[in-house]
Amino acid sequence: MASAAIPDPHHAADAHSHPPTTTGLNHRKIAVWAFIGSECMLFVSLISTYLIYKGRSIAGPYPHEWWCRATNTIGKTAAELGTCAPAETFKPILNIPVTSASTFVLLMSSLAMVLALAAVENADKPKPTGTWENILRSSKTWLWVTAILGTTFLGFQAYEFTSFVHEGLTIRTNLFGSSFFTLTGFHGAHVTVGVLWLLALLGIDYKRGLKPADALNVDIAALYWHFVDVVWIAIFTLLYLIQ
Amino acid sequence: MANEAAHAADAHPADAHADEHYHPQWSTYWKVAVVLTLITVVEVWIYYIPSFVASKLFVPSLLIMSAVKFAIVVMFYMHLKYDHKLFRALFTGPLLIAIGTLFGLLFLFGKLAIRLGLGAG
Amino acid sequence: MATMAAPISATSAETSSPSGIWSWLTTVDHKRIGILYLVTAVFFFCWGGLEALVIRTQLIGPNMKIVNAEQYNQLFTMHGTTMVFLVIMPLSSAFFNFLIPLQIGARDVAFPRLNAFSYWVFLFGGIVITLPILFGLAPNGGWFGYAPITTMAYSSGYNIDYWVLGLQILGVASLAAAFNFITTIINMRAPGMHLMRMPIFTWMSFVVQFLVILAFPVITVALVFLMFDRFFGTNFYTIAAGADPLLWQHLFWIFGHPEVYILILPAFGLVSEVLPTFSKKPLFGYPVMVYSGMLIGFLGFGVWAHHMFSVGMGPVADSVFSLTTMLIAIPTGVKILNWVSTMWGGNIRFTTSMMFGIALVAMFTVGGISGIMHSSSPADLQQTDSYFVVAHFHYVLFGGAVFGIMAGVYYYFPKMTGRMMSETIGKWHFWVFFIAMNLTFFPMHFAGLYGMPRRIYTYDAGQGWETFNVMSTAGAYLQAVGMLLFLYNFITSWRSGPKAGNNPWGAPTLEWALPSPVPDYNFAHIPTITSRYPLWDQKAEELVKSESETTIDGRLKTAKELGIPMPFPTIRPLIAALLMCTMICSVLFIHAGNLPLALTIGIASFLGLTFTLVSWLTSALE
Ligand code: HEM
Ligand SMILES: [Cu+2]
Repeated sequence: MASAAIPDPHHAADAHSHPPTTTGLNHRKIAVWAFIGSECMLFVSLISTYLIYKGRSIAGPYPHEWWCRATNTIGKTAAELGTCAPAETFKPILNIPVTSASTFVLLMSSLAMVLALAAVENADKPKPTGTWENILRSSKTWLWVTAILGTTFLGFQAYEFTSFVHEGLTIRTNLFGSSFFTLTGFHGAHVTVGVLWLLALLGIDYKRGLKPADALNVDIAALYWHFVDVVWIAIFTLLYLIQ
Repeated sequence: MANEAAHAADAHPADAHADEHYHPQWSTYWKVAVVLTLITVVEVWIYYIPSFVASKLFVPSLLIMSAVKFAIVVMFYMHLKYDHKLFRALFTGPLLIAIGTLFGLLFLFGKLAIRLGLGAG
Repeated sequence: MATMAAPISATSAETSSPSGIWSWLTTVDHKRIGILYLVTAVFFFCWGGLEALVIRTQLIGPNMKIVNAEQYNQLFTMHGTTMVFLVIMPLSSAFFNFLIPLQIGARDVAFPRLNAFSYWVFLFGGIVITLPILFGLAPNGGWFGYAPITTMAYSSGYNIDYWVLGLQILGVASLAAAFNFITTIINMRAPGMHLMRMPIFTWMSFVVQFLVILAFPVITVALVFLMFDRFFGTNFYTIAAGADPLLWQHLFWIFGHPEVYILILPAFGLVSEVLPTFSKKPLFGYPVMVYSGMLIGFLGFGVWAHHMFSVGMGPVADSVFSLTTMLIAIPTGVKILNWVSTMWGGNIRFTTSMMFGIALVAMFTVGGISGIMHSSSPADLQQTDSYFVVAHFHYVLFGGAVFGIMAGVYYYFPKMTGRMMSETIGKWHFWVFFIAMNLTFFPMHFAGLYGMPRRIYTYDAGQGWETFNVMSTAGAYLQAVGMLLFLYNFITSWRSGPKAGNNPWGAPTLEWALPSPVPDYNFAHIPTITSRYPLWDQKAEELVKSESETTIDGRLKTAKELGIPMPFPTIRPLIAALLMCTMICSVLFIHAGNLPLALTIGIASFLGLTFTLVSWLTSALE
């Protein structure tokens, strides 16, 4: 064991005579998992607040209910509001079809991300012959797909946010607005960071090509990306589907 | 995170090996994606069945389905199933504390309650 | 077992480490960063102590008019905030930084530059919180900052802004450091340093880092809500919009209770190093110490609502939290028994460090007992918000955390500076502190039981509180005397104390095998560990390379001569920390009604920060 610390002459030259890590694992991967553990508490605090405040807003618009501003009545259907001028009628704010689509997009981005990692891990394998296969085995392809799907998700979110504002819900309107925009906004910010991270990886890929030795760097980015995805899995169910 | 750039290249050979060896490959990844999509379709589908939404099964089934999705992504895409057990501990420990906190808060704010079923009350 | 103080030799000569201000601003050496934390925290200790002196002077008798109610609010808020976030936490950080790599046999932490970043963020955050008191604008909502009283509707001044932003910044510092230390402890242990051979200080620090990464995100979220409420008009704490006044309290204490363990566990760790050394006996029940620390950390997440018994959570919640609180006292009590058993039958040397260590065991027990008293919710209804609680937490924080840290300072000063502290002044310091602390805080139990509430700026005569308050104030002044003794000792010993050998105390753990002060690369040769107390089981020379190999011309070899790669010093962490702080603080201009300026500063800082980070990440570490 002791000999492990003696600089290997081959390595000493390139200034990498570090003793091996205790577990054989990479420092940054451990740090990222610890970070993800910490993020669980962050999102749980945000989600708890949303759930605690669910149904406590004293004015609409509401996530799943119809609301008549003039009479301040809430109903499961428009009919339950009684007579209410169209200008005073607010429909349920959450748009399930659109969000289902964006959820699907984010899920697929996770698929693209693992394929990118697999491509990097196999980058030194002999190149397949067909052009099509070459594209499918390229890390650039899948990093691009991941980044684009992530951006698409952000686009859906931007659409969602602006349409909510048009329908009369801002972060200041009521408890629902405050907790909804903060929670999903935090998630969106995480996606944004992830997209930037992917673009940085793409930059490296174009500059010098990602090799199997870089797999760890891609792996770490991927862990973050998937974590942001699983958070959305929870949010989609807890915020959007459960009424 | 400090991305100590100089360390970027020091993916220890042993490490890289383990990764290569244990990662599931293409076909698994695609199968997982199909399962995730199917569950999502079912989730959204039952949302549009009013009688099911009204039933007592709606919330539990949604929770179970999303928990399954969560677990699948963590196990296969984040390859926790194949990776070092240390990572499993670093993730599940905090996750359990987080879930405990969530339930604690929901009880304290009256969002959840244990009904003992005594009398008609 | 007693390989007493290794012969003092040329190895204690200075290494060729650079000096000068610039070398401190750019340092990435964990030992220097530890010393920066130590000095900064001692400064804040004096600052917070002065605030306490004004508070105690005001309360010396009924109807005093030294400060008015508003000033009093600022003083007690800042005293609490300073002592918790700017004194005890960074004092602990000083030891995390200095000791963890030395105790596990590493040359540095996992991310040296991130480590420097943590320190600078802490310093700037501390400045943001502390400076406003000079302008009469200090935070005034208590260290717990209960919303809604801290929302714009009730606190429209800038005061609370500084608190919210400062705490947010300090959180970043603690979190970054925690990820760093977790990685370091898991991944940089020397061969043979199994988890169950790690020194208890490192173990307790390990637990604390997990408490930090799990507790700080919660306060971050609570503070984000408060920030959004104050700056962007959201409704998280607006009761009129249906908000629940308990939301803040729950989030704060989910953080707050683990936080008190963040404060005490490092001190427990230090004492667990000091007691065995000066009793010349291995720690009694090492595994139990480890497991009880982990259990305390885990259970610490399930007791938070014991701070909220008086808000009417209902009988079920009250009972549950009473029970969990009583439960957590068990692993805590186990630790006390272990320390006592360690000393039992030992060959005790009463050094200053040891005396502080023994005092911790005694004083923490007093504080623990009052803690168990208010773990019972009906009893707590009588005690809460009274001086009884003030007595409780000062026994655990002063008698516990501060005494433990003092034990650590006297113990590790020789390793940090290469010189011994004066034992004579040290003993004076100890006795003055010990008497003063009991004189100050013991009477508070009675004042509290006689009904004196916390956080009142003055009181009427004739309620039976006068004598107790006179005693407390006298004690506070005596503490100031003790602090002066400490400062004198600290400064003069650093300058001209007698040279310390490698192992002046005959201590058993790895760090004592190294020269004092420790050379920048720590270990010329990464040792192989074969036991929990290596220096009691083998000779220092067997552990670290023998002198002939590590010295040259009567001085220690430099890292270069030994062929050890060292991280480059860099100013980038400091700049990144500064820009992050200006970015966060730019929202202050929103409060001032100058949105364009806020955006300009915010965006400019953000761009600068991005640029700095990119240059940081793309520059070579070593
Ligand atoms: C045996 C272990 C302990 C128990 C059972 C315990 C219990 C309690 C309880 C029930 C309270 C709430 C009192 C009230 O406000 O009515 C309290 C307050 C407090 N405790 Fe402890 N405690 C223990 C150890 C500690 C430790 C180790 C620390 C810090 C190092 C600490 C610091 C505090 C502080 C600062 C407060 C006051 C918070 C505030 O209201 O500002 N306690 N403790
Ligand atoms: Cu507590």
